Amino acid sequence: MTFFTEENRTLAHEIIGRYPKRRSAMIPLLHVAQAQAGWVTEEAMVEIAELVDTTPAEVLGTCSFYEMFKREPVGKFLVNICATMSCALAGAAELMEHAEERLGVRAGGTTPDGLFTLASAECQAACTEAPCLQVNYRYRYRVDADGFDQLVDDLAAGALDDEIPPHGVTARVRQHIPAGRAVGAVPPEAVAEEPVWLAVADGVSSGGAS
Amino acid sequence: MASYTIPHAPGFVANDAPRIVTERFDHPDSYTLERYLATGGYEGLRAALGRTPDDVHGEVRSATLLGRGGAGFPAGVKWGFCPPGVWPRYLVVNGDESEPGTYKDRLLMELDPHQLIEGCLIACYAVGLSQCFLYIRGEMAVAQERVAQALNEAYEAGWVGRNICGTDFSVDIVLHWGAGAYVVGEETALIESLEGNRGMPRLKPPYFPAAIGLYGQPTIVNNVETLANLPWIMRNGAAAFTAIGTPTSPGTRMIAVSGHVQRPGVYEITNGTTTFRDLIYGEDYCGGLRPGRKLKAFVPGGGSAPWFTPAQLDLPFEASEVGPQGSMLGSGAVMVMDDTTDIPAAALTLTKFYAHESCGKCVPCREGATWLERVLRRVCDGTGTPRDLEVLLEVGASISPGDFPHAAVPERGLEAKPFPYQMTTICFVGPSAFAPLHSAMTLFPEEFEARVAPNAHLETGPSHGSASSTGLLGSPASGSVSEVSVRV
Repeated sequence: MTFFTEENRTLAHEIIGRYPKRRSAMIPLLHVAQAQAGWVTEEAMVEIAELVDTTPAEVLGTCSFYEMFKREPVGKFLVNICATMSCALAGAAELMEHAEERLGVRAGGTTPDGLFTLASAECQAACTEAPCLQVNYRYRYRVDADGFDQLVDDLAAGALDDEIPPHGVTARVRQHIPAGRAVGAVPPEAVAEEPVWLAVADGVSSGGAS
Repeated sequence: MASYTIPHAPGFVANDAPRIVTERFDHPDSYTLERYLATGGYEGLRAALGRTPDDVHGEVRSATLLGRGGAGFPAGVKWGFCPPGVWPRYLVVNGDESEPGTYKDRLLMELDPHQLIEGCLIACYAVGLSQCFLYIRGEMAVAQERVAQALNEAYEAGWVGRNICGTDFSVDIVLHWGAGAYVVGEETALIESLEGNRGMPRLKPPYFPAAIGLYGQPTIVNNVETLANLPWIMRNGAAAFTAIGTPTSPGTRMIAVSGHVQRPGVYEITNGTTTFRDLIYGEDYCGGLRPGRKLKAFVPGGGSAPWFTPAQLDLPFEASEVGPQGSMLGSGAVMVMDDTTDIPAAALTLTKFYAHESCGKCVPCREGATWLERVLRRVCDGTGTPRDLEVLLEVGASISPGDFPHAAVPERGLEAKPFPYQMTTICFVGPSAFAPLHSAMTLFPEEFEARVAPNAHLETGPSHGSASSTGLLGSPASGSVSEVSVRV
């Protein structure tokens, strides 16, 4: 049982500790696993099952529901071109055609050098900046054919490595709750009384919390 | 902050209308604690902590703060639905913004994360919510980084966590992030996802999350923009809030306008009084359509909303006026189509979206949305038949029986059918798959009839190549539909 690195196992325990129930950490841990390997391996799912106290099948069930989790290797750069209405109105189909031509793969394919996976994506919440795309979930706005070519050149040359981490890494700034400041997560069945600030307020006002 | 640069989220355009939630957006460091504190930050929380929780709840209730996620239900009333005496209660923040055309929560999280955090704290204090889970859409990496950074700063400075501001008020805010599933924006699916499950909605009624939510406990699920309004309300009072907009729709709203306008952008508008005409044609807003183009149709409230045409331009952002006219304000997203738009193909982009995002729990949605996409695709390709148009309506009726809401078409003597719709599914994703198609077929029947006319496939059909292609505009080089069909 050694999928996670020592560092990531510590991180996994830190994340689990924030939830009243361990299983709530499942999606965050799948992200940690994907950040480590670039995709979600079977070994990762087995270890996550153990960490959140469930079965590997349950982890697979959750994992397979969500678009972002890849259960086979993808390129270092996942290029998601939005295809939903606002982008389609601004030429997303033409952009995808150009991208397929430039990268030499159809949507869903990975280039032979393992650098790029091209995908058609649904609305990415940048609708006024259409057509838009994300490279490993980092935006590029109002992309035309020349802009796409430049982006591919820059990515291949490593010129954007500072801004765009390899596939699997989403947010690089993580939440850290300082031990001295944390209230701490308590299983719901261990809580029977109203929060202390309500009780205090009840003492000075007439009504309880509605 | 890390050493790499985060590209500024463009799209936001400031104008002279009152600003509540975007006040700080002009500052390049709007997301830092330093800037936040220098611009009135956490004063709303301080004001709240000086009053009783009940009092704070009352203030929010009298502000008539309508939920900004889509349903438009008053937050103060929703808070009151927690059953008395059942503990613990939780706050789940819905930052899983994914409705087509919508992006305001992303900007609020990227550009002013402390405002959201302060809003969460005020809600927790008022309702006795003992832990907060801030669920951010998985694809929004920058929003996750900005909120994580802000939470780290806020914890260090004593604004979040144990004994906030030296009082008895203690609450943790846990940053949680999703992994790509539109349906998780539905509040019960959001809770399922937060429990580590496949994000499938729960049956409701009888139990709404306020009664039985996360871990079976009373849970308030509020949208990001809704919570972002709370610091301002606590600083300025409910009366100042209701002085903006109308009594039934007070305050402001963030609206993303995309598509064929001169200046697409995210605008903070005055609720209740601003009209679609103001927004699309106003000089302070989108400045009209591209030169030489005319408005053909627009989606008034995100991909799930039935469409409007120029006949509805003078409606204000007021649910009680938009509903009877056949649509909804939804999540604050307007998508504009000019006269170059291929209407069946435009509808297909949305039908495809919902077919892809159906979670599979309810048969009418899982099967129906998929068939709507397949049949509509062949209609768009020019290989459909007149019978296909009937099939589309029959499949749609199996998801949403009865009169589906639509706008009036004065020139054809067609009256509006009011919102909402009926549904055979647990959640709104099913009817949403039908909404754009139904609107397109009701408002522009001739475009569909032309597509299924004999030999239509020889003359029309801008589908070309990849599965993602729907070619909404005539090729700029040719501008003629028949030349586009060469690319089939």
